[in-house]
Amino acid sequence: MTRPDAGYGRPARLWRALDRARPPLPRFRSPLRGPWLTSLLGLVLLVGLPIVVVTGLLDRVAYGAAPIPADVGFLQLPPFDWPTSPAWLFRLTQGTHVLLGLVLVPIVLAKLWSVAPKLVVWPPARSVTDALERATVLLLVGSILFEVVTGVLNIQYDYVFGFGFYAAHYVGAWVFTGALVAHVVLKLPLMVRGLRSRSLRAELRTPTSGSEDDPDSDLVATDPRPATISRRGALALIGGGSLLVAGLSVGQVLDGPLRGTALLLPRGRTTAAADGGPNDFPVNRTFVASGIDPAATGSAWRLELSGAGAVRLDRAALAALAQHTVALPIACVEGWSTEQSWTGVRLRDLAALAGVPEPVAAVVGSIEQGPFARAELHAGQVLHPDSLLALRVNGADLSPDHGFPARVVVPALPGVRCTKWVRTIEFRSVR
Amino acid sequence: MRLVRPAVLLLCLAVAGYAATIVLDDPGLPRMLVWFLAAVVLHDGGLVPLYSGADRALLALAPRTRVPLVNHVRVPALGAGLTLLLFLPGIIGQGGDAHLGATGLDQQPYLGRWLLLVAAMAAVSAAVYAVRLLRARSAVTTR
Repeated sequence: MTRPDAGYGRPARLWRALDRARPPLPRFRSPLRGPWLTSLLGLVLLVGLPIVVVTGLLDRVAYGAAPIPADVGFLQLPPFDWPTSPAWLFRLTQGTHVLLGLVLVPIVLAKLWSVAPKLVVWPPARSVTDALERATVLLLVGSILFEVVTGVLNIQYDYVFGFGFYAAHYVGAWVFTGALVAHVVLKLPLMVRGLRSRSLRAELRTPTSGSEDDPDSDLVATDPRPATISRRGALALIGGGSLLVAGLSVGQVLDGPLRGTALLLPRGRTTAAADGGPNDFPVNRTFVASGIDPAATGSAWRLELSGAGAVRLDRAALAALAQHTVALPIACVEGWSTEQSWTGVRLRDLAALAGVPEPVAAVVGSIEQGPFARAELHAGQVLHPDSLLALRVNGADLSPDHGFPARVVVPALPGVRCTKWVRTIEFRSVR
Repeated sequence: MRLVRPAVLLLCLAVAGYAATIVLDDPGLPRMLVWFLAAVVLHDGGLVPLYSGADRALLALAPRTRVPLVNHVRVPALGAGLTLLLFLPGIIGQGGDAHLGATGLDQQPYLGRWLLLVAAMAAVSAAVYAVRLLRARSAVTTR
């Protein structure tokens, strides 16, 4: 947008003075940089990043009632009841959000490398509109880096940033979305022209490359170094970086020995015991971390149902009710997931027992105290035949870490809402 | 286009400003702003000069060989840098308490695994270089 021959906006004296006050600036000499490479990387991000944004926003819908942050005005997807079918829906959306987000990191870094000369273009602006555009580019780059950094830290349970992750990541997503839309509207013609300036097929057949040759572009080096890598080699390097990240991350959604391929992520591992037993699958909050007194889950434990009347059941009474076994995934906001075989009592049977056979909602309460100790389920989630208050997993009693004496499992419900160490369920007949 | 450009830019700023009101009363807001700006400054003023400088040093120091060496250093070095950047918390053991509370696991394995991964990438790159060198030599001797 800022061609060397372009005139100054008003007040011209100001912009001319800025132009003359040129400090010594670094030169960028790679012959690889140019509109074609930047446009190609931009195209990949233009396809990939909206998927990351939408799957991320869907997480808020999946979370259901009382999401964090609570009040977001009109910056949200239209609300709807999160489906219970297919059961792997949240596993897919959240797994895609995290995996694709990670895989795109090398592309984002390469794209920023490719436009680095723009950072030191002088003058930085020739008009107020130019200055505005620089500000929106700051928002664009700041927000994508902010989203990457907070997301990457959060999936590794590193909360060093010291602010609430959900609110910050959510606001960052909207700042990014707005800045991306503006960037695309303004740069799309440039991207199309850039893509047409060279043939991808021809580049992939060319073992060595000279520089790109668009003299109008700020991206092309004026005194390029001799090429040390071909353009196809650079593309292979960037794509190889993405493949490496994919190979080191996909394990966190796989069960069996392939989980271990996520070498550097917490969810490449299962439990400390790693004994391959019925309870040897990832935990997202240990019994110790919950701070629950072990006596509260022992023989004194009772499940309290409320609805038309109050019902108290001990674990033996629950086990004597009709049991149902179903394979359902546990999928977490951190993007990892696992499918296990759960056995327990159908939530709709418990609703009938509480005298509310057609509930509009249910509120599940845990023995645990804290922000995730209560979860509201909508009618479809309570009444689904595979929605359970699980007592057992893979043929054995739940371990304390997995929610003994009883936990909720509901198809397609985020793991954080599949409350563990359940003590109360309130079935509501009115909203 | 004269009016479209400022309109789009103002709209973008308006969305950002409106989004920021979500966290206006959040006590973490100053820290969020610091992290937002620090991400840009550390990327543009730290990471980019760091890897650009390292690459320039590599180009200056790499011996002139018949089979060029630089990309056999660049590839494993970039692989090491990328994995270090993405999986830093586990590798340097940051956030161990939250990690333990969530997973029941310590962070002990990550550093060793990362070092092995880096060694493996370097070894593969060296092996490919050795093969290329041998093939270049035999191409010369058979000619």
